[in-house]
Amino acid sequence: MGIDMIIFTVLSAIAIASALGVILSKNPVNSVLCMITCFVAIAGHYIMLNAQFLFVVHLIVYTGAIMVLFLFVLMMMNLNADIEPQKRNWLKYAGAISGGALLLVLVAALRDASLPAIQGGGNTEIGLVQNLGKTLFTSYVVPFELSSVLFLSAMVGAVVIGKK
Amino acid sequence: MPVQYYIFLSIALFCIGIMGVLMRRNAIIIFMCIELMLNAVNLLLVAFSKMWVDAGRIDAASAQLFVFFVMVVAAAEVSVGLAIIVMMYRNTHSVDINILSRLKN
Repeated sequence: MGIDMIIFTVLSAIAIASALGVILSKNPVNSVLCMITCFVAIAGHYIMLNAQFLFVVHLIVYTGAIMVLFLFVLMMMNLNADIEPQKRNWLKYAGAISGGALLLVLVAALRDASLPAIQGGGNTEIGLVQNLGKTLFTSYVVPFELSSVLFLSAMVGAVVIGKK
Repeated sequence: MPVQYYIFLSIALFCIGIMGVLMRRNAIIIFMCIELMLNAVNLLLVAFSKMWVDAGRIDAASAQLFVFFVMVVAAAEVSVGLAIIVMMYRNTHSVDINILSRLKN
């Protein structure tokens, strides 16, 4: 068992355990903190996959901006207490069973897929900012500009919705 | 390392997200589970990108740009969605989605 396999196992265990913590913890603030742990573990996977730029963007955008926004909304609305009524337990069981059934079907369908393996080594520079930036500003410049329009409209929409 | 391990990890994270959406009634938790599903798909895209680059196809690196665009759209979605949740909380003083199911009042 190589060092990459050990790191993969540890990061996967952290990611899955904290993802379960998100959906199982009663306190919403604990859910957000578990989610941050899960995102840090996923960022570790990114760096194992030679996606250095995505590692940084994921840490800054997801754990730095989006999760803090969630935490901010939770604190602002004072939702720390458990607000969910405990009735209708069969709905929870139905959700868990259907999610588990989907897990089973997907694993069974993709278990025997014949795909090339991740060898490690190889070209480790594909995820650097230089290469991705070159591709982004040559082949994908139109989607990039469109995403700026999307951001502008999202900003205006959030302000208009929040002002009412 | 077989790419199947990454596929199984992504499937597990995605299904945990689906379970969260189906089980919880708090709108913010449901929103976070949607983010979890997006991240599972992002991880799988990066793993496939690495797989094809190792197999000798250097242009597969642009899959990482797809992940970048998914992150862009997710950030825009979160800002608007949280604004909607705050507005809903202001009107109904709750974030329970059972109250959202009747859109009147």
